[in-house]
Amino acid sequence: MNPIELPDASEAPARRGLKLWLSRLEGPQTMGRGPAFWAVVVLAVLAALSYPAFANDYVVGNAAYFFVWTFMAMGLGVVWGYCGALSFGQTAFFGLAGYAYGVITINIGSAFGATWLALLLAVALGGVFALLIGYFMFYGRIKGVFVGIVTLSVTLVLETFMAQTAGPQWRIGDARLNGFNGMSGMPPLTVPWPGGDIMLYSGTALYYVLLGMVVLCYLGLRMLLNAPFGNVLVAIRENPERAEMLGYDIRLYQMLAFGLGGALAGLSGALYTAWGQYITPSSMGLTAAALPIVWVAVGGRRDITATLLGCLLVIAGFQSLTIYGSQYALVVMGALLVFTVLVTPDGLVFTAINRMGRLFKRVRR
Amino acid sequence: MTRILDVAKLNKSFGGVTVARDIDFVLEAGAMHCLIGPNGAGKSSFFRLLLGEHAPDSGTIGFAGDDITALRSFQRIRKGISVKFQVPGIFKALSVRQNLEIAFQYHLHGASLGETVRRVLEFTNLTGEIHTPAGVLSHGQQQWLEIGMAVGVEPKLLLLDEPTAGMSPDETRKTGEMLHELNARGITILAVEHDMAFVQQIARSVTVLHMGAIFAEGDIDEITAHPGVQEIYLGAADE
Repeated sequence: MNPIELPDASEAPARRGLKLWLSRLEGPQTMGRGPAFWAVVVLAVLAALSYPAFANDYVVGNAAYFFVWTFMAMGLGVVWGYCGALSFGQTAFFGLAGYAYGVITINIGSAFGATWLALLLAVALGGVFALLIGYFMFYGRIKGVFVGIVTLSVTLVLETFMAQTAGPQWRIGDARLNGFNGMSGMPPLTVPWPGGDIMLYSGTALYYVLLGMVVLCYLGLRMLLNAPFGNVLVAIRENPERAEMLGYDIRLYQMLAFGLGGALAGLSGALYTAWGQYITPSSMGLTAAALPIVWVAVGGRRDITATLLGCLLVIAGFQSLTIYGSQYALVVMGALLVFTVLVTPDGLVFTAINRMGRLFKRVRR
Repeated sequence: MTRILDVAKLNKSFGGVTVARDIDFVLEAGAMHCLIGPNGAGKSSFFRLLLGEHAPDSGTIGFAGDDITALRSFQRIRKGISVKFQVPGIFKALSVRQNLEIAFQYHLHGASLGETVRRVLEFTNLTGEIHTPAGVLSHGQQQWLEIGMAVGVEPKLLLLDEPTAGMSPDETRKTGEMLHELNARGITILAVEHDMAFVQQIARSVTVLHMGAIFAEGDIDEITAHPGVQEIYLGAADE
């Protein structure tokens, strides 16, 4: 690992800034560095790009569905894995942004790229709501298991509230909230295009858009986590008192990390609604709230790569189990969590990648 | 001499327990001073009041000419106070280099950050441990790492809570030498310490705390000979 270094001072500031941020793609807070690692990343992206050529629309649509959840998982990875605050209620921001996307798009339609504006507003709403909850939690000195209790309470309160909005009086403009049955009828993400808008229904086009977003989000988070901001989050996780006694306003950092996690959960929520044109209160319920914790714990909460891969693997496995094993899928998820906690507390994927890396080094020697 | 620390009529109670009782305490810039006292005398509580971890019931804390009584901990640190805890306050899962970079990155960036890390590694004799996770260092090395983290950006005042707790005699001696070097660079040092031999190595002037109040202040030899101090802290001579 190299110390943080500024590039040549004679370069233009914008170019220097870009170089500095690109240098943060690798660093102490993220696994993987060097040409071999990036070659694997490029190969993985190329494989994902060519996947639709070999698979049918249904399977590709399923893969797009898996991508939808990765943002919430990576956000929880930042909040829990890097900052040390276990949030049990990321689904509150997921659901809020999902409903917001529905309400906005039902009211303003999908012309002129309005669905993308709705997506942005929904993500912002998830982030702002998380900042608000984070402000009261962290400045109120809530920590440890109580963060989990408060966040779980928030998502369950939202679920309960939305479930009782069945009457016709529960509407925002043209959008009926529809209580327990949930909202439907909102348009999917729509790209304005000469000769006719492109509707991103579940399929190849949506798959590519979501793949691009996942890659950008992953690389962006790598840069952020290897920047001074990420270093401070890790310091807070390891020893909050020491971090504060080095001059860091730890509550501000915790709140910002929580806001980022909320915005990413909101992105998943809005994309989920756009993907299925459907959102229900159960998306904020207990089962929904527990699943992101399983994905992140099984993948590895302390590394964003492990979180991303773990999330994709566990969701794919969960879906297969749901098809073939019905409700037993949840029991398997629980067992997987217990196994991870007892045998590989750093996460199955994280541990596997670490061991493979060590083996690779030994073989090279 | 200018006053770096000026504490006036400081009081703090938790329920019926008084941990600070009308404390008036002045520290001149450039001093190296020790706080001693028996267990429960209020030494650590006094540190926590100085650091802003506890808010005083009454009284004021002045630092380098500013009233910092209402400031939060991180704001006090940014003004130039630094601290080394009794139990090493380091980031055990992170490497020695990461510990130091996190400690300095608020003030330093780029090449100056790297240069300061290199200088502190040399000062703390940890150059060979740069990639070692801090948690696997020896106890003495962990203490030195924390001292390095606390002094890399040259604070005005360094608070040390039992800096040699758990150290071997050799490590204790080396720590004393480090503190003299830091003090010679202009860093004012206030240390809580139990080891009287170490107190004599690093400071000529001491303050004795007893039941949250200042019991005695003065030269180390006078204090150790003070019958009242022997009674409350060192144990009566005839015991």
